[in-house]
This record gives sequence, C-alpha cells and structure tokens, in this order.
Amino acid sequence: MSVKPGAEFLTGGLGIEMDSRRGLGRRRRPFEQFMHGALWLCGAISILTTIGIVYMLGQEALLFFRREEVRLLDFLTGWTWQPQTLQFGIWPLVNATMGASLIAMALALPLGLLIAIYLSEYASFKARRILKPILEVLAGIPTVVYGYFALTFVTPILRNMFGVEVVEIFNIASAGLVIGVLVLPTVTSMSEDALRAVPVALREAAVGLGATKLETSVRVVVPAALSGISAAFIVAMSRAVGETMIVAVAAGAGPRNFADWSEALGGLRALNPFQSAETMTGHIVRISGGDISYDSLDYDSLFAIGLLLFLMTLGLNIFSRAIASRFRERYD
Amino acid sequence: MAVSNVDGTTEGGGYALTASNLQVWYGGFHAVSDVSMEVPTHRITAMIGPSGCGKSTLLRTFNRMNDLVDVARVEGSVHYRGVDIYGPDVDPVEVRRRIGMVFQKPNPFPKSIFENVAWGARIHGFKGDMEQLVEDCLRRVVLWDEVKDKLNQSGLSLSGGQQQRLCIARAIAVQPDIVLMDEPCSALDPIATLHIEELMRDLAAQYTIVVVTHNMQQAARVSDYTAFFSVIPETRTGELVEVGPTDMIFDSPDNPRTNDYITGRFG
Repeated sequence: MSVKPGAEFLTGGLGIEMDSRRGLGRRRRPFEQFMHGALWLCGAISILTTIGIVYMLGQEALLFFRREEVRLLDFLTGWTWQPQTLQFGIWPLVNATMGASLIAMALALPLGLLIAIYLSEYASFKARRILKPILEVLAGIPTVVYGYFALTFVTPILRNMFGVEVVEIFNIASAGLVIGVLVLPTVTSMSEDALRAVPVALREAAVGLGATKLETSVRVVVPAALSGISAAFIVAMSRAVGETMIVAVAAGAGPRNFADWSEALGGLRALNPFQSAETMTGHIVRISGGDISYDSLDYDSLFAIGLLLFLMTLGLNIFSRAIASRFRERYD
Repeated sequence: MAVSNVDGTTEGGGYALTASNLQVWYGGFHAVSDVSMEVPTHRITAMIGPSGCGKSTLLRTFNRMNDLVDVARVEGSVHYRGVDIYGPDVDPVEVRRRIGMVFQKPNPFPKSIFENVAWGARIHGFKGDMEQLVEDCLRRVVLWDEVKDKLNQSGLSLSGGQQQRLCIARAIAVQPDIVLMDEPCSALDPIATLHIEELMRDLAAQYTIVVVTHNMQQAARVSDYTAFFSVIPETRTGELVEVGPTDMIFDSPDNPRTNDYITGRFG
C-alpha cells in the first residue's frame, strides 16, 4: 500500500492502520523515475532526428559546394539548372516551387478559413457531423492519386478555359490548385480547432452588444484565434512547399531555365503558371529515381537543393510566427 | 403578482419590459414556468432566488440571448415599448442593441481598452467623435482616471473589478435602454463589488437595470424592486414566487417561502 507522506495526520485519529514508521523521509519511486527518463528519451528522439537530418543534409551539401565546378554565387543567383553543362543556378527550381505553393495557398487559405468559420460558428451539430468526416477523407487520399487528378482532370479544364495554346499539358497552375485541395483539410481542421477554442464568453459579449453573427465571427472570434490560424497556415505552407508527387506527375519534368534575371522576368515569363516547370522536390525525385551514381555531382546537388528547401520552410516558420505574434489577440 | 402604481415616465406605461406567461425549455427540460412580471423604467429590479431557479435563464430571455442555445425554446411574450420581442418580425440583433447585457464573469475582448468601448459603437456605424464617446463611457463607469494613460493596453490587463466596469462601459457605449446584469459581482472582491453597486445606483437615473444576484444583501442594497424565484423540487423547474418593491419583499413578504429564504431558513 502506498501512502503519501503526511497522510498519518489525516487518518491518525480514525484508527486506520498506516505505515507510520517511514515518516516524512524522502522515498524512492523507481517507476516515477523510470517514466521520467522514458518520456525525456521520447522528446530527445524527435530532436535528435531533426539534428541528424540537418547534419546529413549539411554534410552532403558541403561536398557539393566544395567541388571546383560549383560556385555558391552562381548557385544562389543563377537562372539555369542544367547539370549536363555544369550550370547549377537554383532559381528555376525555387521559382516553380514558390509558384505552385502560392497558387496552393491562394486556394487553400481563404477557402479553408471560410469552411472553418462555417463549421465552427454557423453549422448545426448535424451538418458538422456530416461535413467533417468528408473533409478528412481528402487528407487520406494518396498524393499520387492527386497527381493524376491534376493531370487528367484539372489540366483539361484549365485548357478548356484558357485555350490549349496557352495552357501546356504539364503546368504549375494545375499542380498548385490540387496541392491546395490536398492541404485544405489541414487548414480547415487546424483553423476550426483554433476558432472553437475561443471562449463562448467572447461571442456572448459581442452578441450582447447587438453584433450580428458575421460581425461576431469576423471581428471577435477570428482575431482571437489568429495564432492558431497562422499555425495552420505555417503547416499547410510547409506541406505545399515540400509536396512532391503531385508536382512530379503534373507540373513537368524539366526546369524552366532562363539565361539571366532580365530574361526570366522580362514579360514575366518565369511567372507564367500555365507552362511546365520543375520544382525542387520534383527535380530531386526525378533525378534520384533515374540511374544516378553515388558520389557524382548530380547526386551531391540534390542535397544542396534539399538543404535549401529545409531552410526555406524554416524561414517561413519563423516569419509566420513573427507575423502572428504581432497581430494575435491574447484571450488567455 | 405584478408591480403596481409605478410612476414611470417613458413608453410602456412606466414599464420597460413586460413578461407575460413566459416559459422556457431546454430540450425536454422545463427550465422556467409561467412567469409574468413587469420591469419598471429607470429602476433597478433584482432577481433573487436559490441556484437553479431559472433567474439567469429568465434574464437571457429578456434580450433573446437564449437564441444562441440551439435547444432553447421560449413561449409567452416579452413586451418592450409595446412590441413583443418574440414577435415574428422582430430582429433579435436590434433587440440586443437596445437591451444590453453584462455577464457574470468579466469578458472584455482581447483588444485594447479603447477598442473594447468603441467596438459596439463602431459596428453600429457610430459617426461621431469616438474618442469623446470612449472617454464619456469610461468616466460614466468611474474608470477613466485609472485607464486614461493606457488606453492602448489590453482590456485583459485590468483587475477583475476594472474589467467588469470596462464591460459596463462597453455596454452603455451603444446607448441601450435597458442593461441586464447577470450576477455582475459574483467574480469580484467586496471592494470591487461596492464600486459596481454604486455605479448601478448611478446608472439607474438613465437606464433601466435588471440584475440577477444570489446575494440578498446586494439586492436589498441596490434594488428598487425585487423578484423572488424558487425551484419546484420534483421537476427542477424555476418559478416566480413573488415580485414587488424591495422594501416590501424584505420586510413583509406575502409568501411564506419568500420569508423563509430571506431569513435564511431555506436555500
């Protein structure tokens, strides 16, 4: 029987037998100590994994940048990615990744937030019980299916709308829109959680002042939930930037290269969403899927791309957090 | 039993609100049974009674806050300025603009002190001098001197009593006729409670106030009229036992149940 130290005082007069010999001395609790250690280990594993990945990426990327064929400045500013001719300018890949992600977020953020507001503030219990599982099914569809959905369903629609001579078969817009659908459940469910966590008392305060449901939702509940909503945005954006299968299938199988900045931005040719382009992830998966020899320049270049991708999502995280903490309204 | 001979001055024959045969259900639960009472204009009416007697529920029917609860159902009528606020053509949003509410737990918005007061007026399209309005309302609740130098700080940075005064300022900033207060002091310390009670007396000159309280001394101190509610033990349904001038309810109640409650023999 385990008795808390001091319990003797409470029960002493009641005639209940207690082990009072041990007094108030410090007791050993092996199981508590074991669990403490085990939980610490679980936390440590996730941190160690991250450190391991960063270390591995960094080390391999360093091999790439150490090679004499590669110049860091060209890597960071160049608009041609053509390993055959030893041209390693990262911008065609970064441009495609950013294009697809922005299109995805332009779809997923407003739509996801509106759905979340509907589910949290407007929907009846019944409607929510039906809608939420349907939405969650979207998150369970394999991304390769999404890829072919983009290629065989969305692309033909875009070509019908804007003309076959404008929209190429492989294009960024189609892939971006479908990535938007892919991250929609993430945006919705995280935003909804944040909205529902806002105390009912705040809604009552607004309604009691004669605010309509829309005024209450948009001007009290959403601002109060902003930190959670921006967390949803960060997760969804990171997911979109890192999405691979959809862009590999639907966006194109070659970087959209330009000679230099003026050629890329002249007539905004780099920004055309209806032409094919290869994203950072798309390039990595295509090259590593082919017969590539270990220790080759191509092989090392993939790690440089991976490292940059990691730094981009990290930067996005930090940036969004800073924005959110600037505008959030603390209610707790 | 209804209040009579009230020397009211505005519409409704001196009554700001008239409830007739009011019943409230939450799903299958009959929360309040058959309440008929009047709320005199520019007076403080207190609603007292044991926990679960439906006094807060009834208060929320006076400005249709119960509409927020899906399963709530109201029968009977509440007349405000000659209009039944449960009538088919009545917009509950307009009802709540004229009949404001202060809640049990202070619930300022997580916005600045200024924005808390300005919020309601702004959504109703107030075009005047907002800074003046905010200052007037904060002066009215005797909070101005304490917050005038930190209007940009969060409303949540204030103490509990200050927060509740801020909430009252926010409520009167939309210029309501009636202010409903749901146990406004129950989360506050005695000093803050005293401040709020003084404020209520002061506001009664301009507004009709209905206050729910579980504190009988408070009802005796601040109110002009008192309604005593009780709960039917078998069904847990709340009912109105007696309503009248506060002096009468406390000194010579008609109903022995009121007397028992007031003298502390029950509840």
